[in-house]
Amino acid sequence: MGHALGSDLAAAGWQDELFGAVKRAGVRQILYVPDAGHSRVIQLVHEDPQFKPIILTTEEEGVAAACGAWLGGGRSVLLMQSSGVGNCANMLSLVANCRFPFVTIVAMRGEWGEFNPWQVRMGRATETILELMGVSTFRCDTPESVGPTVEAALETAFSADQALAVLLSQKMIGRKVWK
Amino acid sequence: MKQGGSLNRRAAVHSLLHNRKETLVIAGLGSSAYDLHAAGDNEANFYLWGAMGGAAMVGLGLALAQPERPVLVITGDGEQLMGLGALATIGVQKPANFTLAVLDNGHFGETGMQRSHTSQGVDLSAVAIACGFAWLERIETLEEIGLRARIQMAQGPGFALISVEATNLERSLPPRDGVFLKNRFRQHLGWQVQ
Repeated sequence: MGHALGSDLAAAGWQDELFGAVKRAGVRQILYVPDAGHSRVIQLVHEDPQFKPIILTTEEEGVAAACGAWLGGGRSVLLMQSSGVGNCANMLSLVANCRFPFVTIVAMRGEWGEFNPWQVRMGRATETILELMGVSTFRCDTPESVGPTVEAALETAFSADQALAVLLSQKMIGRKVWK
Repeated sequence: MKQGGSLNRRAAVHSLLHNRKETLVIAGLGSSAYDLHAAGDNEANFYLWGAMGGAAMVGLGLALAQPERPVLVITGDGEQLMGLGALATIGVQKPANFTLAVLDNGHFGETGMQRSHTSQGVDLSAVAIACGFAWLERIETLEEIGLRARIQMAQGPGFALISVEATNLERSLPPRDGVFLKNRFRQHLGWQVQ
């Protein structure tokens, strides 16, 4: 379903930068539908008692849970793949109507060296759907941009009640390699 | 053919919330939100006006952020059917302070009383148990609403299937301003509006 392990993911120090930014921001609930691009971060949050990892059956569950967490004074981040953004569209009206702070980190598919045509349509629509539903997007094309971008997104979301998505480009993550 | 239960939904929700103490309550869109409002508006109520299928997950995020407070989600069969996967997600997390009460009239009341899956053989309580909920109550009469104590005991996650009449009652409309509802709820828990 996600990017395969064994590609150039192994050298992805940006995942540790991403994890560090989320940890320093005081996030507790990590809501996720697995993607190999997020695999190291998912592993790290499961090993760190600061975090409550919450595996979802579909991504819109995470949108609703993020809102509930904030109602209770908690901070969360939603991790998903670009295909999940389409699943979230209506639920994002909850974020917009109540002006909930919201951060999602999206591993992109369908945009760079994609082998699966079924990923392409949603990959192309991802940014537009997010913007239409009131979620601003920051794109990361280079490993060194990930940590600062995630840090800025978290600060903006939780201090200024904004909804933000960080898009991790497929070129940076590494295209899926089947071995 | 099942046509919902015989319980009046307003009376059921009123009874459920009697002496609610510290309970935080989330209501799904439509009749469940009207029922919660009719039972008495409260700063610790959060009403959904949309986001169908999301009520239980809002409750989960809240329950995990506020583990010392009982969290009660009140929603309808149609709303929960749209969020069926949430039962699996909640079953994995097992929040002890979480109760999901489904007002099951077997119909989509807000849209013209079309029959839902639960009046055609689908049993939401069986799904909840299969997903790992810790306790289940099936409630057909007002006398059976012994839930109040269980909600407070934090031995959940609990699931209550409350069979109610398939009738549309006069609407009791909660505020529709989401930012107001959010800020009021958070202020109740001690956060200042920034």
